[in-house]
Amino acid sequence: MLRTSICLKKSIPSLVRFYSTNKLPLSVPITLPNGIKYDQPTGLFINNEFVPSRQGKTFEVISPSTEEEITHVYEAREDDVNIAVEAATHAFENTDWATQDPAIRGKLLYNLAELVEEHQDVLASIESLDNGKALQLAKGDVGLVAAYIRSCAGWADKVYGKLIETGSTHFSYSRREPLGVCGQIIPWNFPLLMWSWKIAPALATGNTCVLKTAESTPLSALYASKLVKEAGFPRGVLNIVSGFGGTVGAAIASHPKIKKVAFTGSTRTGRTIMKAAAESNLKKITLELGGKSPNIVFADADINKAVQNIILGIYYNSGEVCCAGSRIYVQESIYDKVLEAFKTQAEAVKVGDPFDLETFQGAQTSQQQLDKILSYIDIGKEEGAKVVTGGSRIGDKGYFIKPTIFADVKEDMRIVKEEIFGPVVTITKFKDVDEVIKLANDSEYGLAAGIHTSDINKAIDVSHKIKAGTVWVNTYNDFHSQVPFGGFGQSGIGREMGAEALDNYTQIKAVRIKIY
Amino acid sequence: MTELPEFHELTLPNGFSYKQPTGLFINNKFVPSIKKETIDTIDPSNGEKICSVYAASEEDVDVAVKAAKDAFKTTWRHTSGSDRGRLLVKLSELCERDTDKLAAIEAIDSGKPFEQNAKGDIGELYNVLRYYGGWADKVHGQTIPVDDNKLAYTVHEPYGVCGQIIPWNYPLCMLSWKIGPALAAGNTIVLKSAEQTPLSALYLCNLVVEAGFPAGVVNIISGLGPVAGSALSTHPLVSKIAFTGSTAVGQIIQKAASSNMKAVTLETGGKSPLVIFEDANLEQAVKWAAFGIFFNSGQVCTSNSRVLIQEPIYMKFIEKLKECIDSDYKQGLPFGDDTVMVGPQVSKQQQDRILKYIEIGKKEGAKVFTGGYKVTDDEVLAKGYFVKPTIFYDVTPEMTIFKEEIFGPVVSCIPFKTEEEAIELANDTLYGLAAALFSKDITRAHKVARELEAGMVWINSSNDSDFRVPFGGVKMSGIGRELGEYGLTNYTQTKAYHVNLGWDL
Repeated sequence: MLRTSICLKKSIPSLVRFYSTNKLPLSVPITLPNGIKYDQPTGLFINNEFVPSRQGKTFEVISPSTEEEITHVYEAREDDVNIAVEAATHAFENTDWATQDPAIRGKLLYNLAELVEEHQDVLASIESLDNGKALQLAKGDVGLVAAYIRSCAGWADKVYGKLIETGSTHFSYSRREPLGVCGQIIPWNFPLLMWSWKIAPALATGNTCVLKTAESTPLSALYASKLVKEAGFPRGVLNIVSGFGGTVGAAIASHPKIKKVAFTGSTRTGRTIMKAAAESNLKKITLELGGKSPNIVFADADINKAVQNIILGIYYNSGEVCCAGSRIYVQESIYDKVLEAFKTQAEAVKVGDPFDLETFQGAQTSQQQLDKILSYIDIGKEEGAKVVTGGSRIGDKGYFIKPTIFADVKEDMRIVKEEIFGPVVTITKFKDVDEVIKLANDSEYGLAAGIHTSDINKAIDVSHKIKAGTVWVNTYNDFHSQVPFGGFGQSGIGREMGAEALDNYTQIKAVRIKIY
Repeated sequence: MTELPEFHELTLPNGFSYKQPTGLFINNKFVPSIKKETIDTIDPSNGEKICSVYAASEEDVDVAVKAAKDAFKTTWRHTSGSDRGRLLVKLSELCERDTDKLAAIEAIDSGKPFEQNAKGDIGELYNVLRYYGGWADKVHGQTIPVDDNKLAYTVHEPYGVCGQIIPWNYPLCMLSWKIGPALAAGNTIVLKSAEQTPLSALYLCNLVVEAGFPAGVVNIISGLGPVAGSALSTHPLVSKIAFTGSTAVGQIIQKAASSNMKAVTLETGGKSPLVIFEDANLEQAVKWAAFGIFFNSGQVCTSNSRVLIQEPIYMKFIEKLKECIDSDYKQGLPFGDDTVMVGPQVSKQQQDRILKYIEIGKKEGAKVFTGGYKVTDDEVLAKGYFVKPTIFYDVTPEMTIFKEEIFGPVVSCIPFKTEEEAIELANDTLYGLAAALFSKDITRAHKVARELEAGMVWINSSNDSDFRVPFGGVKMSGIGRELGEYGLTNYTQTKAYHVNLGWDL
């Protein structure tokens, strides 16, 4: 098949919407490549039940490592979103979900974390099959999911307001109250992890949720919905609507009864959602968007460790990471040494079948993503960058791309400026601290940055000067439930994880009582 | 000096049979005391000995403290907050699983009614351990902006080994209030139970092991206050001492702690007032007042032992309070009757003390409206340490029963005319643990609440604690606050770091 450059201005649907006249069963038995058998729910999850979409529409779910169909799932449209919002509204307004002792919500979240752990093998395997990521990485994801839900469980009854001392004439205090129904739209790169980052703080603080999964990866959240019900969450508190951004996502962003929308995905879509939120009911928004994060290696770094971290920074999760270290800057005096070691290690990255436990890099998540990355590789070549290694697809079945390094780039090249979202990185020399800080900050994004050096003072100084929401020193992609994550500039609005996540899902009410 | 078996096979009045550990729990094992000293524990509902357990001497305390210190240095300080939290939550789940067992042991050892009291305590134990489990990964310091040349931040670090001494009125609850925040914050502990009620804590040690706590993190010893308690409060390797008990002993501990400048928190006595204004919801005031003095046989540090009633409703309140005792506060044995609300006092010593106060009250001219005697009319109850719920009225501020903590089911009723008089009477005490007031006028309620000298004020309820709200007293009622986030700060110390980023001299 002749591969041509794809113009990135048009969006090309990569998933076939299969309008079947035969009713899709609400549960489909699936045998995973590692032999695990399980029942995959296919319906929309509303009011603690799996239901077909009202219009009966379904869509195909593809395994990116084989390009074969896994199953279909039901596709929500605007009418289904309305039903989900009604369910969530009822749960928020007419039950004691938001007003009961918050420790009860905490207990339900603990139950859910336990169940996620109990079902970790199935969940990791579903994630691997649906997303294409290596199973060993998927297992790590599921571990983080359980840990994060647990952390939020502990927050539930610790969301304090203030007693504000203004003198003896008044009794003044503030409360942090939930927002109501929250719309949540998650991406396909870390399906279950992103699900947990959204639902855990929202539910801990007493909100109810309508969550849209990504169209390429709807499966794990649907399976997890069984666990949500088993954990004891009341009906309507968490609803999952599988579907497409243009229909379901748009419906959520502009829904008059949704009080807040949280989105993780591309900056371009983030902008659309922000507009829709503003034009509808001024719903609150938090956005976690794209990045082009610099990963900086100083001459006094431990070179072996630094190379490991730059590998991790770009090839982890096949480069489909919003905070991927996709621009590498190496100090002049060690550039050649680092580049050589980096090339060797990049070529040693095991790419292949996600279910092979030796595999580190799996498949890109969809045809659309594969095409986009390959087109950027072409652009890079056309712009005159040098391919040090990689630069092409692997095989012709499964969306696999060779770990790729571009060198001899100029800062104004598109491959240096634009987010590629794949295992493709640029590497550049720099002279000194001041120069690299300028280079690092020369971006509309500001999600993360990495610094590798043995001089901690320099690391701290540079960290403070880099315009990014997370700065990693001598590590990369190193997350913790209690450490906030989010972007400067066009990388987003708001922070997830940490105590800060609670701010996304609460609003302050001040009460001032005159007593004298 | 006696040799005890590792476990006693006990069968409780409700048929529950179990193995009661007897040893000191150190490094995840039960060990005999070095000198083989023991203490007997008595069933206060009939005066009979339940069994003996090993009692710690100064040498045993030293062993326990060294185990705790070692565990802190080698394992616990490297255990992440998330992992500490998980262990606490796991322990809470095991306590929930074993609710009936723990409640039964608590009931026989302390005299608490099994159904109406002890079971509720296990609920509190569960809540408090889980709550602090949720804090463990959230103990954060601050970064403080100064200028470009300095990175300044604080770490809220644990003390290391914390000594904890708990009373007999709520053995397992008090244990949870102590170990929850201490462990969440990253400390290791040596906890001494009360000599009257050592059994439930020892049984809980089985669950500590089952939950997976590393050896030496939790150490629990039975023993006498003047021996083991004293050794803990003077031990040089103990960095912090926490005590709940009488004010007199609290003062001894505070002095002892000065030996190596241990941090001290004390939760001591109270003579808490409950103020009832004439516009109160009288029925509710009566019910809460009764709860506040007769529940747990009045053995509660925050009990509303002085009730101040505005004159127009004075006698009406007292009459209704007696009616409430008769209908709602059945006295009886801890096991067998699920409706029993008032059990025996915990020991003969306590019973004698309360009876002595009752005699003093009568002698000093206070009037008795009901009660005022040891229960002897019932043959069965006569064997135990029961005191009849007692209402004194027309009590005045010079009387001993107005001033001193009785710690039994004995309430003093005092009339007042004006708001100012109520406040003055309420504050006329060396103590300041809690206070309560009843009024439908919210403005007045908040104004009066501000004037009351107490660590806690209840408006339109009494003794209505919640594990998330700080608990503790002002004046002679103590130092520091337990429960809530505040409880956590008792167990951390702040270390400030200054990193010079570029200021060369």
